[in-house]
Order: sequence, then C-alpha cells, then structure tokens
Amino acid sequence: MLDHKRDLKAWLYLILPLFLLTIFTFYPLIKTFLISLFSEYNALTDDFGRYFDFYAYTAIFNDRFFTNALTNTLVIVFVSVPVSTVLALLIAVSLNSIKPLQKIFQTIFFIPYVTNALAIGMVFNVMFSHPLVGGVAAEGLINTLFQTAIDWVGPTATVERWRTVVLIYTIWSALPFKILVFIGGLQNISKQYYDAAKIDAAPKWKVMTRITIPLLSPIISYILITSFIGSFKAYESVLSVVGTVGRSLDRNRWTAVAYVYDKIGISGLDINNVSYYSRGAAAAVVLFFIIMIFTFLNLYISKKTVHY
Amino acid sequence: MVQAIQLKTNQDYQFDQKLKIQRTGQFLRNLLLYSFLTVMAFVVIVPFYWMLNVSFQSSNEVLNSLNVSFFPKVFSPQNYTNVFLYSSAAQGNIDFSRYLFNTVLVAFFTTLGGTLFSILVAFALARLNFKGRDFIFTVLLATMMIPGEMLVISNFVTVSRLGWVNANNAGSYLAVIIPFLVSIFHIYLLRQTFKQIPNELYYAAKVDGCTDFKYLWKVMVPMAKSSIVTIVILRIMGTWNAYIWQDIVANEKYKLVTTWLRSSFVDLADTGSGRVLTNYQMAATVIVTVPLLLLFIFFRKYIMSGVSRSGVKG
Repeated sequence: MLDHKRDLKAWLYLILPLFLLTIFTFYPLIKTFLISLFSEYNALTDDFGRYFDFYAYTAIFNDRFFTNALTNTLVIVFVSVPVSTVLALLIAVSLNSIKPLQKIFQTIFFIPYVTNALAIGMVFNVMFSHPLVGGVAAEGLINTLFQTAIDWVGPTATVERWRTVVLIYTIWSALPFKILVFIGGLQNISKQYYDAAKIDAAPKWKVMTRITIPLLSPIISYILITSFIGSFKAYESVLSVVGTVGRSLDRNRWTAVAYVYDKIGISGLDINNVSYYSRGAAAAVVLFFIIMIFTFLNLYISKKTVHY
Repeated sequence: MVQAIQLKTNQDYQFDQKLKIQRTGQFLRNLLLYSFLTVMAFVVIVPFYWMLNVSFQSSNEVLNSLNVSFFPKVFSPQNYTNVFLYSSAAQGNIDFSRYLFNTVLVAFFTTLGGTLFSILVAFALARLNFKGRDFIFTVLLATMMIPGEMLVISNFVTVSRLGWVNANNAGSYLAVIIPFLVSIFHIYLLRQTFKQIPNELYYAAKVDGCTDFKYLWKVMVPMAKSSIVTIVILRIMGTWNAYIWQDIVANEKYKLVTTWLRSSFVDLADTGSGRVLTNYQMAATVIVTVPLLLLFIFFRKYIMSGVSRSGVKG
C-alpha cells in the first residue's frame, strides 16, 4: 500500500514530461522507421498504405540528389573534422607554450564560440560574393583582395569552389570549441612529465608525440566523436554560405539533412509510387545508421588506442 | 697558471656559444609560434570585421561600385534603423519588432516549461524511489544519442494533424514550442547535479517533516542553481538560433528572428532590379550576433560548462 502511494507520487513528477517525450520523441522514432518501410505512406491522412517494402530505400539510392547529398556530407565530415582538429590542437599547444599576450590571443580565439551559424555563414557568403553581371553589385572581399572575378558561392560557382568555401567556414566555426577543450586538457597534464623530459633533454617534437598527444588522447577522441556526429548533421552552415534567400538551396548543394527537410510538406507519390515522406524518412534512417556506425567505430577505436 | 686561465676562457667561450645557439633556437621558435598565432587570430577576426565594415557602408557603395572597400566610404549607421523597419510582401509585411516579439515569447515559454520539466524529471530520477525508475533512465540515456533529424518527419505529421502548422493563431507558437519542450540532455545534466547533493540532507529534511516537493524547491533547486542557470541560457540561445523547424511549421506572422535574418533585403527604392543590399544583410547579422556575444561575455562560465558537456551548441 505504502509502495503504491510512493510510486504514484513519483509518477506525478514524471507524467507530463514523459507524455510529451512519448509523443514527440519515442513515438516518432519508431514511426520514422515505419514510414520509411511503408512506401505508400500518406501524410495527409496518416495512412501507412498496403505496401511494406524497401522501395523507399531503392528510390533514394537511385536518386541523384540523394547520393550527391551524401557525397557533400561526407566531404564536409572527412575534410573539416580532421583539419579543424589538427589546427585546433596546434593552436592550443602554441597558446599553452607562450607567456606574453596569451590572454589576448585566447580571448580572440574564443570570440566565435557562441555565434549564430546562419549569421556568420552569411558573412562568409558576402566575403566571397561575386555579382553575376559585372558592375551590378560590388565584388566581395576575396575577389577584391586577389583581383579576381570568380563566382565562389553564387549560382554559377563550380562544385570545387563552393565546397571550398563551405569547408573554410565549417573549419572556421569548429575551431573555438575545440581549442577551448584542448586547452583545458593541456592544463590538466601534470608538469612532472615535462620536467622529466627536460632532464632527459628530449627534443620538442618528441615531447609532443610522446607526452602531449598520448596524454591528450581521451580528449582528442571525445572531440572526434562529437564533431563527426555534428558534421553529419550539417545543413544550416551550407545553407547560409551557398544558399540564396530563406531556405532555398540548390539541389546539387544539399546535404543529407537538407534532403530530409526538403521532403517535408510534399504530399503524394512520385513516379515510382513511393511517397515523398517515405523517401525523407528513409534518408533519415540511413543518416541515423551512419551516425550510429561512426559512433560505435569511434568508441571501439578509441578504446584500443586511447592512453589513459 | 696561464694555461689554466686560457682553458677556462676557452670553456666559457664554448659555453657562451652553446647558449647563443639555444637562445637563437628559442627566439626562432617563439617567432614561429607568434606568427602562427597571429595569422590564425587574424583569420578568426576577419569575418567579424567584415560584418561591421559592410554593415556601415551606404547602399550606393555596395550596389554601384566595382569592388568592395575595406572601410565604409560614407559611414551609414542608418542601415540599422532601415533594417529594423524592413518588411517585404513575401514575408507578410512584418518587421523586426514582430520577429523579436515572437522570439522572446517562444524563448520565455520554452525556457520556463523546459527548465521546469527538467527539474521535475531529474528530481524524480535522482532522488525518489519508485518502480521502473532505472528503466526510464536507461530509455532516456539510449534516446539521447538519437539525432533530432530522425524525428522531424513524423513530428511534422503530428503537428500538422493537430492543426498547428502554418496556423494564423497561437497554434504556430505551439508547433514551435511543444515538440522540443522536454530535453533529455538537460534532464541528464540536472540529474547528475542532483545526484551530488548528499542523501543526509534529504533524510534530515524528512525527519523534520518536509515533503518531497518542498525539499526539491527549498533545498535542491537552490543548491543546483548553476546547472539550472546553464540550462536556462542554453534554452535561450537555442531559441535565438533556431531556424529550420520554426521556419517550416510557423505561419509568416509567427516566425523567429532567424527567418528575418534570412529575408531577402532587396533594394526597396529600386524594386525593378531586386538587387540584394548586402549592407542591410550585414546589419541584420550584427543585430543577431551582438546579443549572443553579450550573453557569452556575462555568462561565459555557464555556457562553457553546458556546451562542453554536450559537445553541441544550443
């Protein structure tokens, strides 16, 4: 009796939040899988239809814009994450080994820590801007600086060019958080190791590869996992740098997440009788599995190589 | 004797030589370090400078010159007032004040509701004993890893069936607020803090006849103040930066400042060409960025502890 009353009281605290979580987190999680498998899902009536198959998956993998979106996402992930991690590590180690001006440099590197991804992305768009017709508007910073007239981010920009700008932006915006975490990690390494290395007259690079990096490896692996997951979800950064107005983004510049969002609100079936919602859901499921595989792979590798 | 002195100066000379090499080495190393840091600091700063520079340029300058200049030729702070009043027919003729009002309203309710729910659930999971507690906690932990993009399609169907999508009434607010009201990460963050409060306090309070609910508000909440402040700030930042979901579900009149930021800002005086006024665009980005920088300056400690534990911003 007492147990029962106690349980009831506890549920009073939980009931409303759990209700909301059930409706907006647990239920949609299962439903997304189901929508992706019922290829004739009707969003207007919320009717799953008769067909339980993998047509939505074959449809998206035959969809040029989806495979292209996956490529765009993978380029962002595999270029920006390693480059920004190495750069951040170099900056953190440099910051940690200087005395004068250290505080000033630190403040500068932390400024972009909390910014609006859209806002600063738009600044990059303006910096790399180029008028489609000469003289209609001013050339941006980069074209002015290098005396060129290249379309970096506009509608006529080549794949390599717009990707370069997106990568520069994603690397730029990833730096402060990583620098901050690395500096925290560096300051936690005991001075004893460095003193011992000094007595042995170990060269600087050896101190870096034999002491700093191994002792920092748990933090490096943490950073890698979180930023891999984060960059798989890239969308707003691409939208703000190479999009035009509002949410309009060239289909060739989509990321995986952009593909998912694009399918929201398109009711009906495509020419292969696969509903657009099923396609979007299938894309979301694919993204989900990629992220899961990466998370576990990262955990597995870091368990083997991280030195504590 | 003379020989000995000779030997000593020789040694001194060698020692000096060694020291010199070491010193130049150190100097070169420092030179390298400082130049690297200066270049990187420059790269970090340039976009901010550029944002300010363009935001103060005149419309004539951004439209009718071949190359952009590195300083505003005609200093034009009026861009900021113009951008506040800017509205376009495509976006329901509403201006910044309305977007700001929407954002403040949504931020208020998401923060209030979200924080309250986090406190209640975290308390139940950390302090109360009841059947199924471990099960709930495990389920929450497992779903924390799930990317939000996984849920948007089904959630869109849900909110549209509730009649909230593009609703020209408070429904738009509900569509923006409700689906993200409960954050598992915030619950987890707070539960960890609550767990650190010693059990003895709870038993002492119980002996004194304090109810669970009173204990939560009189003891635990004040003790977990810094975590709660962190959650509140993350919530406010999250609403300020929220873009895609609210842009999809809300009616034009109920969208947030990010939608305003992404509006076209075309030349109103010269509607025929519809050229984008980058100076207005940049003034808008300054307006969106400055509150975040201020928040960061004043609440740096809280923001950092929150972000570093989640690995994601907002």
